[in-house]
Amino acid sequence: MNLLEVASLEVTSPDGVARVKDVSFTVAPGERIGLIGESGSGKSLTAFAIIGLLPSGVTAAGSIVLDGTQVVGAPEKHLVPLRGRVCAFIFQEPLTALDPLMKLGRQLAEPIARHQGLRGAELRRAVLEALEEVRLSDPERMAESRSYEISGGQRQRVAIAMALACRPQLLIADEPTTALDVTVQSEVLTLLDRLVADRGMALIFVSHDLAVVSRMTDHAIVMRAGEAVERGSIAQLLAAPKHPYTAAFAESARRIEADFAAAIDQGRDG
Amino acid sequence: MSTIDDREALAQVDLLEPPSLNARARRRRSLVLVAGLLLVGTIVLVALVSLAWLPYEPSDTSGSRLEAPSLAHLLGTDRLGRDLLTQIMVGARIALVVGLGAVAVGAAIGVPVGLAAAFAGGWVDDAMSAAMDILIAFPLLLLAMLIVAVTGASLLTVTVAIGISVSAVVARLTRVVAKRVLAQQYITAARTSGTGSLGIVWQHVLPNIWPTISVNLGLLFGIAVLAEASLSYLGLGAPPPNSSWGRLLQEAQSTVMTAPLGAIAPGVFLVILVIGVNLLVDGLRDVSDPTLARAR
Repeated sequence: MNLLEVASLEVTSPDGVARVKDVSFTVAPGERIGLIGESGSGKSLTAFAIIGLLPSGVTAAGSIVLDGTQVVGAPEKHLVPLRGRVCAFIFQEPLTALDPLMKLGRQLAEPIARHQGLRGAELRRAVLEALEEVRLSDPERMAESRSYEISGGQRQRVAIAMALACRPQLLIADEPTTALDVTVQSEVLTLLDRLVADRGMALIFVSHDLAVVSRMTDHAIVMRAGEAVERGSIAQLLAAPKHPYTAAFAESARRIEADFAAAIDQGRDG
Repeated sequence: MSTIDDREALAQVDLLEPPSLNARARRRRSLVLVAGLLLVGTIVLVALVSLAWLPYEPSDTSGSRLEAPSLAHLLGTDRLGRDLLTQIMVGARIALVVGLGAVAVGAAIGVPVGLAAAFAGGWVDDAMSAAMDILIAFPLLLLAMLIVAVTGASLLTVTVAIGISVSAVVARLTRVVAKRVLAQQYITAARTSGTGSLGIVWQHVLPNIWPTISVNLGLLFGIAVLAEASLSYLGLGAPPPNSSWGRLLQEAQSTVMTAPLGAIAPGVFLVILVIGVNLLVDGLRDVSDPTLARAR
């Protein structure tokens, strides 16, 4: 059985404009898939529709079955148990995705306590373990910090720890490294790749960057103006794009790779 | 690798010690706080002392009428021969009780209503906002007078009436601030991790709106104290034997030319408390809000 089945998904904004049109795909347990598109292509709306968290006024139609539950049209109370436990989210900008007033340890403890029922010393140990798991040095200090006191890369690691805290079967990463600089980006991608593989999680990786997606998944769906214009293996999308839009992505991915390689070479020389 | 560490360290230093937060600004902030503490502390001390000791019984009319200040009566006496200092000390107690009570009532009604409106959104939010605006359109005193006139004047009804009158202000502010917090991504992030609506309110919304709300409640405390004085001045305040600075002012009105201290003394105490509270909350806000400390 598939973990996620999206069929003929339509997402409509309050002014009646269709933002996602007739998108269908499935994700099996442990499967990885990329959603590629420029901003406004509907890739993020598709991702949010999966857990029933569309902005107010934005409506979804069609069918989304997540772990056996129909998400489209479901009441909030049926969706809350799915979030975090079945499907977790990582956001683009970790600074805004963390509560600025709450200590990171408490913030991380909250989903762990809720989903695993831990209390007191056990809970604290689980929090520190979760921080260690995302390769954060000095987890004790990290747990006592607030989001603005640590660096962007550290923040995204904390956000990943929070997303993984409830042992989700499906992780949705919405441009998780776009806000980070290139070296940190690479470290976070490696970490994410390893954690997803270790736990056998399914992954939906949303990005505008084919080069980044190619590091995380083998298959991707290319979205444009709300439609899935092309899908297939990354190798195929890069080598023989059928849609001119995909070709543009492939071209820019190749250029970024080349620039990156050149930068590394320069670094070696200098 | 070391260069990256250095840059991260630098970025953190920048965040923790913004250059705009210079020594002078910091000193000014702590001065405001200390001044506020001193002024409010004076009134609180007077109120506390009044519980244990008063120069005379509040209803003692043994002095002669409108006496000038003397060692026996430090602030003189009123037209009934009561010791003015005694009246003012009891009045401090009343002012604090009514002010705190009214703010508590206002917060108890206003914060939940504002949160509900912010959460509901759509037409429910519109309807609630309209109701708040209508309530706010009534002058605070008029509204409080209306409620007191219907229920009859007592310490409790005056407190509740002022509380209800300020609750609309609290509700409107709560709604606006809560809406801003609810639009933040960390709320969405909390939702994606399966936090329910109540959890969102307790864990994220309340702590994040509290710095703004608490400052506003402090300012409303000053307004509530003034409202109580005004109601008493108009004869709608807490009835005797409760003493009130407002009623002292009203009673001294006819004799203000012959015994000006009767009007000046309660007025000065009123000003000390209201200014003190305003300074205090201003100073406390800067101390208590870590994000503001960073932004300044």
